[in-house]
Amino acid sequence: MLNTQLEQQPKDSVQGPLMEIRGVKMHYPVARAMPFGPRKTVKALDGVDLEIRQGETLGIIGESGCGKSTLARVLSGLEKPTEGQVLFEGQDINTLHGAERAQMRRNIQLIFQDPYASLNPRMTIEQILMEPFEIHPDAVPRSGRRAKIAELMALVGLNPDHLERYPHNFSGGQQQRIGIARGIALNPKVLICDEAVSALDVSVRAQVVNLLASLQQELGLSYVFIAHDLQIVRHISDTVAAMYLGRVIETGTYDQVYDRSAHPYTQALLSAAPELRQEPGKSRQLIMLQGDPPSPIDPPSGCRFHTRCPVARPSCATAEPGLDPVGEGHAARCFFPGPIGPTNN
Amino acid sequence: MSTTTTVNPLDGAKAVDRAPDKVRGAHRRWWLKPRFVISGAIVLLMIVMAAFPQLFTGFGPGPTENCDILKSNQPPSAEHLFGIDIQGCDYYTNVIYGARASILVGIVVSAIAFGIAALVGALAGYFGGWVDAVISRICDMAFGLPFILAAIVVLQLFGERNVWTVIFALALFSWPGGVRFMRSSVLEVRNREYVQAARLLGAGNGRILRKHIVPNAITPLLVLQTLGVGGMISAEAGLTFIGIGLTPPAVSWGLQLAAAREYIDAAPHLLMFPAIFLTITVLGFVLFGEAMRDEFDPKGK
Repeated sequence: MLNTQLEQQPKDSVQGPLMEIRGVKMHYPVARAMPFGPRKTVKALDGVDLEIRQGETLGIIGESGCGKSTLARVLSGLEKPTEGQVLFEGQDINTLHGAERAQMRRNIQLIFQDPYASLNPRMTIEQILMEPFEIHPDAVPRSGRRAKIAELMALVGLNPDHLERYPHNFSGGQQQRIGIARGIALNPKVLICDEAVSALDVSVRAQVVNLLASLQQELGLSYVFIAHDLQIVRHISDTVAAMYLGRVIETGTYDQVYDRSAHPYTQALLSAAPELRQEPGKSRQLIMLQGDPPSPIDPPSGCRFHTRCPVARPSCATAEPGLDPVGEGHAARCFFPGPIGPTNN
Repeated sequence: MSTTTTVNPLDGAKAVDRAPDKVRGAHRRWWLKPRFVISGAIVLLMIVMAAFPQLFTGFGPGPTENCDILKSNQPPSAEHLFGIDIQGCDYYTNVIYGARASILVGIVVSAIAFGIAALVGALAGYFGGWVDAVISRICDMAFGLPFILAAIVVLQLFGERNVWTVIFALALFSWPGGVRFMRSSVLEVRNREYVQAARLLGAGNGRILRKHIVPNAITPLLVLQTLGVGGMISAEAGLTFIGIGLTPPAVSWGLQLAAAREYIDAAPHLLMFPAIFLTITVLGFVLFGEAMRDEFDPKGK
């Protein structure tokens, strides 16, 4: 089921993006190694621009520590970026305060990686799902709330008779469905899924991904789907952004990024993913990267990837490439974009 | 997206079958464990004794009713189980009535400390920053004072000291440990994902503290303060024994011990019985607290 591809007319993007981040930097201070030593920062995000369009899914891929989860926290408004703007419908969410901010937050919800940790263990499912309406009493009139909760439960495929139970009475997949029900309770426009299915069993994972897909169709949601499972990102995404060391290094539609990747890092990342069914007669070229990603405290000079890049040249260590177009809606942050080495197809 | 959802409402039932016990992490029927039963029985007995001493002795509360000055200082006998004290009073009755002061001091002081610690510790842990800095420094200062010495200084200010005076003096310096404890367990809870989820839904600080932080951070503090009841009971007895706690006409084990000290050769039973009661009560509360800790806060061992 996971291999069913999205066969649809390209969605017209005449209107502007629903959500947009511009030049977002998130630097965390690190404790000094020595008293009065230099103040260092972890550059978890270092100048990220992204667009999220209405009803579409933006997939984010990249290895651990590249800033994916920080991006989720910044997008959802849990953290304020050190620099840059997070715009929702053209409005910077971090300039809002108090009631306005609470209203804005209704529109952007986050689905967490660990479904059990995201549910208060001392609240019943009913209390958990009632909370959004207690915080925003105007969303649903008091008399209609029980019906609304039952509707949410049915929507995510849970038995509404189980409302009296506690989160630990449910399996991981069911807990994640509860988290999703809570996330969509206030009719948000953007749902950010930060490794939302990574903690689940493979079979359950597919169910939850399919649930997300059907909710998107029904409710017109936009997703930011962050995962280290490349297959799932490909399955659910319209556009994909690959990240390396706090920067976006390639963006494009899912087939551009997956099938015609231009950045050597994206190619290496994709070649490292095991494929269950390999097409016969098509050998797979594995691009091995040397070493671990450099520390985000002291990122390499020039192109951040040059220390591990199979096609790097001396000039890559001095100048930094921009995120330049390599095709229609397809951009890569590389001086020498294109397939690596001998192509075998 | 061209996929369909597989919705099976019945898979709720499957998970419930293998669900753990109702209290997560607690053993089945923990309340039937011997330590819990024994210590719980002692605690319950002492509380009942403190609340309704008439149930345990035929005599009324007044000191005159059970006293006969002609029968001063007699050892235990069938008629007077614990003997008779210097004033000619039935000592069993006196010891029973002595429970009230000890239990009241122990429980009320711990309850006050619990309340202060829960509130102040939650604020410090949750808000951090200068709120935390101010609260933590005040705690450090209060912590620096020797507890008993500080209580003595405060008690000195009062001429006649009843149970409430002693409670006031002990409660004044008993909360810093609890505040630190609560602060650290709030620090652990406040970045949990369900707290972030509530924040994303637009919940305010008050709601987050009330619904999410405090209910999930309070158990260790509850256990700590239960463990503290025994300590407060012995603090009261100790202060009273050295003449700085309760003063007559109050009745308490500490006062009885202090009075018995002068007659230790002539009437050792006067020292023995209140001491036994005091020890058993303190032990009961400490064991009860430890049994609770093992069940609800295994990390605290």
